[in-house]
Amino acid sequence: MSDSKDLLRAPFELAYNYKRSNGPVMSKFFDALGKQTILGTKSSTGKVFSPAAEFDPDTYESLNDMVEVGPGGSVESFSWIEAPQKHHLIKEPFAFALIKLDGADSSMLHMIADCNEADLSIGTRVTAAWSETTTKRITDIKFFTLEK
Amino acid sequence: MSAEDIPKDYSESPINLEYFYTAGSATTRFLNQVKEGNIVGQGCPKCKAVYVPPRGSCPRCGVATDIEVPLTDKGCIESFTVVHIPIPGNPIVPPYVCAMIRLDGANISFLHLIQDVDIENIRIGMRIQAVWKPKEEWTHSLENIKWFAPIDEPDVDVATLRFHES
Repeated sequence: MSDSKDLLRAPFELAYNYKRSNGPVMSKFFDALGKQTILGTKSSTGKVFSPAAEFDPDTYESLNDMVEVGPGGSVESFSWIEAPQKHHLIKEPFAFALIKLDGADSSMLHMIADCNEADLSIGTRVTAAWSETTTKRITDIKFFTLEK
Repeated sequence: MSAEDIPKDYSESPINLEYFYTAGSATTRFLNQVKEGNIVGQGCPKCKAVYVPPRGSCPRCGVATDIEVPLTDKGCIESFTVVHIPIPGNPIVPPYVCAMIRLDGANISFLHLIQDVDIENIRIGMRIQAVWKPKEEWTHSLENIKWFAPIDEPDVDVATLRFHES
């Protein structure tokens, strides 16, 4: 048995160039993001899901009633990233957070930046900051910032 | 909802994983030999099966394969497939042939390319030999072998390759 220091070790990169078919509901959600608008889907019980859900997890009905939500919301939960890694989109300290957008009953996982860890607590008000160029992806919302 | 109402769009959703691969002691021994242009399998001390590439143990007997077995770079095609569909990021232009290569003296096969032959002439049992890159390009990788090419020897009946416990 060789010493572990003698073992060969090499960097490895595994990449898949997936394309995702958005489907009728998520297409509307992503199209709206390209116009700096955040949509949710509303169920017959009045519950609003954003990001848009295709089905109601309680009633199992398919959802296609699109309603506008946000761009403001409140922090439901967050995790502060003090030392961002190579793969993070934000290079300064930031938070991953669950954000319940105004008008929505579910929360969206996104990032909060341009603030300090001490600025954040559950219930903190935040609002969407948009990317300079939109690509109809969730990253069209660049991150959320503290509501002025 | 009619078909016209459904936007036919896709979103790019690339997945990228970067990590370190640690070879382990059996693969390290194997790849150190590959770097020198040698193919060295590992034999089971119990059932005598020879594994190339070796993984360090015999799945049949559950014991370490600590016998080094030098092999040649000749063997035969155990199985093959013609690839017609391009894979993004793969520089090889279809159609090309991937084959399970059974080296002489080995009891398992590994995947590699077959070239220097018309695809319609490739067959199970065909004798082949490794075509190596120039020595100065050798690294710790089976990519030191560019591909396998047919050699002028009679085909092998693959049924004779079946493992018989001694």
